[in-house]
Amino acid sequence: MAGDPMIRLENVKKVFPGSSRAAVTDLSLDIGRGECVTLIGPSGCGKTTTLKMINRIIEPTSGRIEIDGRDAMAIPAHELRRSIGYVIQQIGLFPHRTIAQNIGTVPALVGWDQARIDERVAELVEIVGLDAEMMARYPSELSGGQQQRAGVARALAADPPVLLMDEPFGAVDPIVRKRLQHEFHDLQGRLGKTVVFVTHDVDEAILLGDRMAILNIGGIIEQYDIPEKILAEPASDFVERFLGGERGLKRLALLPINEADLEHGPFVDVSTTPAEAHRVMEQHGVDWLGLLDDERLLGWVDGDLVDSKPLRDLDPRPFLVTLDTESTLRSALDAVVTSHARVAVVVDDGIYRGMLDLESIAEGITE
Amino acid sequence: MMVLGQTSQLVDWDWIGRNIDQIADRTWQHLSLTAVSVGIGLVISLALAIVALRWRWSYTPITWVTGLLYTIPSLALFALLVPVVGLNATNAVIALTSYTLLIIIRNLVAGIDSVPDAVLEAADGMGYTRRARFWRMEVPLALPVIIAGLRIATVTTVGLVTVTAVLGLGGYGYFILRGLNTFFWTQILVGVVLSVALATVLDIGFLVMQRALSPWARRAR
Repeated sequence: MAGDPMIRLENVKKVFPGSSRAAVTDLSLDIGRGECVTLIGPSGCGKTTTLKMINRIIEPTSGRIEIDGRDAMAIPAHELRRSIGYVIQQIGLFPHRTIAQNIGTVPALVGWDQARIDERVAELVEIVGLDAEMMARYPSELSGGQQQRAGVARALAADPPVLLMDEPFGAVDPIVRKRLQHEFHDLQGRLGKTVVFVTHDVDEAILLGDRMAILNIGGIIEQYDIPEKILAEPASDFVERFLGGERGLKRLALLPINEADLEHGPFVDVSTTPAEAHRVMEQHGVDWLGLLDDERLLGWVDGDLVDSKPLRDLDPRPFLVTLDTESTLRSALDAVVTSHARVAVVVDDGIYRGMLDLESIAEGITE
Repeated sequence: MMVLGQTSQLVDWDWIGRNIDQIADRTWQHLSLTAVSVGIGLVISLALAIVALRWRWSYTPITWVTGLLYTIPSLALFALLVPVVGLNATNAVIALTSYTLLIIIRNLVAGIDSVPDAVLEAADGMGYTRRARFWRMEVPLALPVIIAGLRIATVTTVGLVTVTAVLGLGGYGYFILRGLNTFFWTQILVGVVLSVALATVLDIGFLVMQRALSPWARRAR
């Protein structure tokens, strides 16, 4: 049954009382097991409404919602919700309960004994990167970023298979947001939850989404695909406009460095003769030389210095930015434009692996 | 002062010494009238507040009726109740209770309303039932405001109990009424000072209780 979706929306419709237009007109969406799907679109596109129909905070007007093959409407709402983690932008920690009590909310509701709850809470505090001393505090005594960590921990407490997140990092400052996004990305990689993540931040949607659904007004799905595909081939003008500028850069951010694209470049071992060094520089059309000592990257020297003394005795200058094999083409591009030599150098544990220049990056994106 | 047969000093300590038992009795009467009235007021208010929270449209008529009760002068209300229940403690309790309703209901509803929407949504999202959410989230979070209402109602009632002296009750009010009739200052002062002291003690008691029951609100400042 591994191929079955974890969450399936079928012809879901929502008309709010007193409204003539449907907030969500006719939405069908499958979300796979362990997949993180980001919902994104302009305000009024029904992304939050869609999310909240999954745990029935908002009851759909018609249509069918299945979670793990079960009809969500057939289960009492409070029971359904205990098996779905829920994180909202305003966090909604319970002010009269300590952080430990907040995190232990669902385990307590489903009747775990206190020892098991304590153990789980301690584990979660660690997982989301809070200090253990925070556990005895009240929510008002934490910073916004810490509160949202606690909010995520609370949602994960009873180890629900599904996690719903409604702009969870929208209210924290940009620096903390970036960090939380990356931490959540790592966390999701380890935990493999099925996540539905609403955001209005395109970069966040691209970073976190295994797939992203771009919604138009009324809950119309304009495109539902992996971010690479959406960036490369926007399905409509709407999608293209919504993704905004720098689509190429956003794609580069998703593409890892391909080791096959690496060139050796004008890098030579320190034992090389000056004549050979000149030949290498000429061949690459550059006036600098990268120096290696038994595959280890030492740095680079100006071409004029090559004749002054043996390469081994020169004082090479370090590359300010080096990449590792996990880096993306976007950081490679950044390294190219900021480096003296206009190249991005890839180093793995000190060992020189190769370099990229503007041309090879451009090739990477067209592959 | 210039009154016949009475001592001219302001406070007659001998009189206080001789009447200590009666002062104790009146203290008990004052306290019990206050406690019973505020207690019944709280129960009725809770019921009405739950109605008002459930059916929002009913809040306006509820505050309108309890507001009207609140405006009736106490002396008049005691008098109006005499033909119905007679000249007794029931009369006093009905009247005193009716004055507490507006204050307590308002604070109950305001307290529950003050609970942030995000907290309610999170509670729903965690899987609280409506009832569990009310008693475990809304009520505890509203407690500081609810207790503030009980404080005001209690202090007001302590003052009004003195007026029930006209019904032959009055707690410390008995001393004030008697003292006025006989121009005996000691009696008047005993009644006034003790009733102010009682109000103050109860006021502080509620404040201490409020702090003890909502440590989270104190640390938040």
